[in-house]
Amino acid sequence: MADLTSNFIGIKSPNPFWLASAPPTDKEYNVRRAFEAGWGGVVWKTLGSEGPPIVNVSGPRYGAIWGSDRRLMGLNNIELITDRPLEVNLREIKSVKRDYPDRALVISLMVPCDEESWKDILKRIEDTEADGVELNFGCPHGMAERGMGSAVGQVPEYIEMVTRWVKQYSRMPCIVKLTPNVTSILPPAMAAKRGGADAVSLINTVKSITNVDLDAFSPFPTIDGKGSHGGYCGPAVKPIALNMVAEIARHHETRGLPISGIGGVTTWRDAAEFMALGSGNVQVCTAAMTYGFKVVQEMISGLSQYLDEKEMALSDLVGRAVPNFVEWQDLNLNYVTKARIDQDACIKCGRCYAACEDTSHQAIAMKPGRVFEVKDDECVACNLCVNVCPVENCITMETLPLGALDERTGRRVEPYANWTTHPNNPMAVKAAE
Amino acid sequence: MTNSQLTPGVVPGRLPATAYREHFADKDPVFDRHEAQVAADRCYFCHDAPCMTACPTSIDIPLFIRQISTGTPEAAAVTIWSQNILGGMCARVCPTEQLCEEVCVREVAEGKPVEIGRLQRYATDTLMAKGVHPFARAARTGKTVAVVGAGPAGLAASHRLAMHGHDVTIYDARQKAGGLNEYGIAAYKAPDDFAQAEIDWLMKIGGITVKTGKSLGRDISLDDLRKAHDAVFLGIGLAGVNALRAEGEDKAMVRDAVDFIAELRQAADKSTLPIGRDVVVIGGGMTAVDAAVQSKLLGAENVTIVYRRTQDKMSASTYEQEHAASKGVRIITGAAPLRVHGDGAVREIEFAYTIEGQDGLALSAETFVLRADQVFKAIGQTLEGQPDGLKLEGRKIAVTGAGRTSLPGVWAGGDCAAGGNDLTVTAVAEGRDAAEDIHASLMAGA
Repeated sequence: MADLTSNFIGIKSPNPFWLASAPPTDKEYNVRRAFEAGWGGVVWKTLGSEGPPIVNVSGPRYGAIWGSDRRLMGLNNIELITDRPLEVNLREIKSVKRDYPDRALVISLMVPCDEESWKDILKRIEDTEADGVELNFGCPHGMAERGMGSAVGQVPEYIEMVTRWVKQYSRMPCIVKLTPNVTSILPPAMAAKRGGADAVSLINTVKSITNVDLDAFSPFPTIDGKGSHGGYCGPAVKPIALNMVAEIARHHETRGLPISGIGGVTTWRDAAEFMALGSGNVQVCTAAMTYGFKVVQEMISGLSQYLDEKEMALSDLVGRAVPNFVEWQDLNLNYVTKARIDQDACIKCGRCYAACEDTSHQAIAMKPGRVFEVKDDECVACNLCVNVCPVENCITMETLPLGALDERTGRRVEPYANWTTHPNNPMAVKAAE
Repeated sequence: MTNSQLTPGVVPGRLPATAYREHFADKDPVFDRHEAQVAADRCYFCHDAPCMTACPTSIDIPLFIRQISTGTPEAAAVTIWSQNILGGMCARVCPTEQLCEEVCVREVAEGKPVEIGRLQRYATDTLMAKGVHPFARAARTGKTVAVVGAGPAGLAASHRLAMHGHDVTIYDARQKAGGLNEYGIAAYKAPDDFAQAEIDWLMKIGGITVKTGKSLGRDISLDDLRKAHDAVFLGIGLAGVNALRAEGEDKAMVRDAVDFIAELRQAADKSTLPIGRDVVVIGGGMTAVDAAVQSKLLGAENVTIVYRRTQDKMSASTYEQEHAASKGVRIITGAAPLRVHGDGAVREIEFAYTIEGQDGLALSAETFVLRADQVFKAIGQTLEGQPDGLKLEGRKIAVTGAGRTSLPGVWAGGDCAAGGNDLTVTAVAEGRDAAEDIHASLMAGA
């Protein structure tokens, strides 16, 4: 069994699976149960300043979208940061950390954007023995209206400023949690790095309306006939998160900045993908909220099996796919593949045909007996048939070897060449004479 | 003294009173909303879907299932009824395992098809429960059509004709409309008087008059109907029953399975129906299975189906055969009746094993005897009482195109017409298509 021990910016945990700062980590009862279930670490739900507790709505806090069999694909929430008194949270954090010294316990923080507020909260959490802090510059709902959360994360100067204060007034490792509600994730990440952050974590939730109540004509979740945007998470946001993680991992200014990957991690495979694109560990919320804490056991066994099969150490997985994350212009335009349908695996539903015939390149023939065959002289290898086929691996893309004839273009497959040198590109780089 | 399963002879009340309600309750109750959602989710929305091709009425199955999955079973029902106005009954009685569900790609891939029949019932029951009849009648054309037979073919034809604005009069020999839907289907497949409820709902289209107790050849004649109406549709079914051709088949307690099934359907209190302790059913189709299973449900101790050919030739589907077996019915194949023994009433019946040869079926010298105090004959029905002057094909009314008979202005469909497969759903398709053809003929040059 592979060694899953994780060391993320000096914070050790028995595995790289942490629970993200969110409802599951709001109190001692939950966190103890999470640790018993096997979670490697926890980012405690965001603490605010001393004072009157946060008030939450008493109507629905979550909205969702579903796939078939009502599988939850995306969840949004309008819950604010912890609504329990600060001193209760601090007491519980200390108690849990004392009983689980081998697990990572990081405290998420969100206080007003002034130096005193940050100095104060950092002092208050000092003797909890927590392993680090995570600055919540991500939540896009509620608190952002009060100048906190994503309102900070959308202004790189604020990120840098607050990060500097935190590093100045605390010796704890500092993770800056980023919001995806920006045009580019790079300026916020660069700002965090400049401010001295030990790591960034991303993504926080995406501004969203999951659905509309078509009787009340109100966005959902609906509170007394009105709806506000929420923060969206779960499997549906994973592609957005992977891209943002990878952008930070490959950019020359942010390369090497540790990343805690967040966004729709549901299985070991999702976690491995985040890590391959540069995440040192992952944080999970929706999967636990959907299935309970036990899901971590599949993540542990799955990642172990994968690493064993690859004969790879966990640390070797981190960032392994980053060099292959390139710009479009770097892609090999001479690379040719063709769809291949495995007739034995085919169940003859005809979805590939409908998709290709109606919406793509008319490259699949429907023959008597519902036999579906790819027309190589029409197939552009778009992969849509693969994606709509209900049977995994029934349709695959076959790579044509060098020199083989592409029946669609009538040309032989040539060695690597990309857009930067392509004759149709007016900006093409001319080879030196 | 009350009877039990062991009481000799043919007697009623073999079971405790409560058992009857249980035995004749809905075999596959309608899905609730959750079950329907889960089942609908499994549909792949296939291109040119095999299920739709397999359906004799060509219901757009992927579309109606998608409508269920998006929370509009009402729209799904309209999709179904547009092709098959008796979609409610067909959802209950169609041998889906031989039609749509047999070719479902998930049956092929996983051995577990999308439950199309039950989804269809969910949709049609939903809208019927709301009392909605979603079709409106076109302006009256002034044409009138006589429909003979109020079974699936006649009802489907009548509805389509009425929808096109024609005035329809249905004549049926029985006391109630419905044909085999009312008299020929196992009670547990369509409980709660569903056949009549469906007819009442169908009649909401308007423009249809039903005259029951009117038998063709006895109370009405085809000539008169042709004179009085612009067109005639014959959906008279198969009123005759084949003979066993076994010695002694005229003994008491040897009777036609179709009569037994009809009686059972009409009996409000099933405990009053006499049933044998040892029942033998002769035949290999759905009628044989329905008679055998219901004999068992009425409390017969031993029920045996005997079919003369091999099991794979039985027209009852494997699903139906398994259903019979699960109820404790024994199936013997490759044996034909030789003679019925008994003093007045049947006591036992003697069979010979058969040999399938080049020249057809031959009897072997090997025989056996089954104890029987009741024998049901279910060896097929035949056309009977058809009017003179109609060309026949084989033993059915010859038709061309959409049910045109050899007589001008006379169409036929359902079991009485040549070319079908004696299924309710096929009768509906033929009635519907004949109605369209009648409509086109009547309106040509109008």
